Amino acid sequence: SGSNPGRPRCPQRVEIHKLRQGENLILGFSIGGGIDQDPSQNPFSEDKTDKVNGWDMTMVTHDQARKRLTKRSEEVVRLLVTRQSLQKAVQQSMLS
Amino acid sequence: MDTESTYSGYSYYSSHSKKSHRQGERTRERHKSPRNKDGRGSEKSVTIQAPTGEPLLANDSTRTEEVQDDNWGETTTAITGTSEHSISQEDIARISKDMEDSVGLDCKRYLGLTIASFLGLLVFLTPIAFILLPPILWRDELEPCGTICEGLFISVSFKLLILLIGTWALFFRKQRADVPRVFVFRALLLVLIFLFVVSYWLFYGVRILDSRDRNYQGIVQYSVSLVDALLFIHYLAIVLLELRQLQPMFTLQVVRSTDGESRFYSLGHLSIQRAALVVLENYYKDFTIYNPNLLTASKFRAAKHMAGLKVYNVDGPSNNATGQSRAMIAAAARRRDSSHNELYYEEAEHERRVKKRRARLVVAVEEAFIHIQRLQAEEQQKAPGEVMDPREAAQAIFPSMARALQKYLRTTRQQHYHSMESILQHLAFCITNSMTPKAFLERYLSAGPTLQYDKERWLSTQWRLISDEAVTNGLRDGIVFVLKCLDFSLVVNVKKIPFIVLSEEFIDPKSHKFVLRLQSETSV
Repeated sequence: SGSNPGRPRCPQRVEIHKLRQGENLILGFSIGGGIDQDPSQNPFSEDKTDKVNGWDMTMVTHDQARKRLTKRSEEVVRLLVTRQSLQKAVQQSMLS
Repeated sequence: MDTESTYSGYSYYSSHSKKSHRQGERTRERHKSPRNKDGRGSEKSVTIQAPTGEPLLANDSTRTEEVQDDNWGETTTAITGTSEHSISQEDIARISKDMEDSVGLDCKRYLGLTIASFLGLLVFLTPIAFILLPPILWRDELEPCGTICEGLFISVSFKLLILLIGTWALFFRKQRADVPRVFVFRALLLVLIFLFVVSYWLFYGVRILDSRDRNYQGIVQYSVSLVDALLFIHYLAIVLLELRQLQPMFTLQVVRSTDGESRFYSLGHLSIQRAALVVLENYYKDFTIYNPNLLTASKFRAAKHMAGLKVYNVDGPSNNATGQSRAMIAAAARRRDSSHNELYYEEAEHERRVKKRRARLVVAVEEAFIHIQRLQAEEQQKAPGEVMDPREAAQAIFPSMARALQKYLRTTRQQHYHSMESILQHLAFCITNSMTPKAFLERYLSAGPTLQYDKERWLSTQWRLISDEAVTNGLRDGIVFVLKCLDFSLVVNVKKIPFIVLSEEFIDPKSHKFVLRLQSETSV
């Protein structure tokens, strides 16, 4: 996850309650990226996560991000995400 | 040929010989002179050596060796094959000591042997005596005992035969070493057998002989039970003496005191003296041969370091020897000298020289070997005049490589391990077996184990076992004992093989699956 200083930033707060699957708590989506990964090969480029439950996610490795999201003790995950679709919409509205 | 006598090497045996001392000093003189610039003129190292008592004969032979150094390398045209040995005073002392010691030990060895054989004979004849005595003494009163007894006779005879073969296989072996103490398990077994047989005889004597028992079948069965019990004791002997020590429990680290060469051996439950025997048997084939000439240089370096320092006591007379020594050591440590420099350059120079001589030697040997060609059977009849056997062929090509080989041996200080005769023999051996020049040279390029060399010269058969504990005790973790021979000692450190916890993990072979991914993606 990175940040683009020039563009208008529209971070969105998302709150997800984990689902129970068997004895695991899952979120139901997949994550990709991390500072240890190649950014050009990122399978998902839609939403960038800036914070998870208050923890900063801008400079974490893939494994650290996974760990922060899959803590067994937390049933609710609060994300601060930057969504491309939202950004595009805001840009459009600002231009017009 | 008189050059043979100078090459016998007996006087070089111990590291205290005057020749090696003198040779060491001579090399130091040669190296000291070009670097004597900083005016430390009278810095001769003085080492006091106890006189070794070598007679004039040995001195003469060493001196003539120095003068006629390259002799056998250059005058090897006529070889007569005679050899004269020169024996120094040291060797006479050693031989007489050998003879003295061996007398005492032989008595002990033969005593043990006679006891064991007497006991064996007694044990073997006892069942036969049990069976034969009643018919001899009171045949008329015995109950007749038909087929059953005959069956028992057959079984007794076969069991005795098996016992005889087993005892022969297990115990009738040439004793390979003299050990300081008696073997505990063997002694215990002999005592057990003795008590056992005595108790059987006692019972037999009281209950059967005295009362003239008439039940012959019972008597025969009694002797069968004796033979059975003897077979079981034989089984016990196998387990105690042979099987118990097979499983490795300890690792022994053997370090030679003179140059630090070390090896590791795995042993089972053995007594210290038996472990020492195993170590010695392996020493001769695993360790490179002990070369005293490689060790002399370090003493002189160290002695030079402290030379020239003197302690003056300014505060008045005091006899504080420790304080003085400490002061000297501290001063010597602070002193700036260039002995490390000397060592470095000396070693580099030596390396270079060895490599150069080695290259010359390899080339000379290769060129010499090219001339030899093996004749096939048909060709042998064609040119009967020129046909040579391996020994003659060796003698024919030896002169061309002799000088290079001798120079190489002198540079690596192995010259007295190889006599000309032994080199010729080795050459003939290599030619017979169609070996390459490299195979021939390998014996001289690297030092081999002691067994490779002339066994009578370099194998010392007198060893002393030095240990804090009784030598019949079993091995334990942390025991250290020393095996000492005349020239060096072997320090043996016993370590227990650790208890290993091995657990299993099953991985289904079908679970090895892989996927190619350039980016990680995890589902949460």
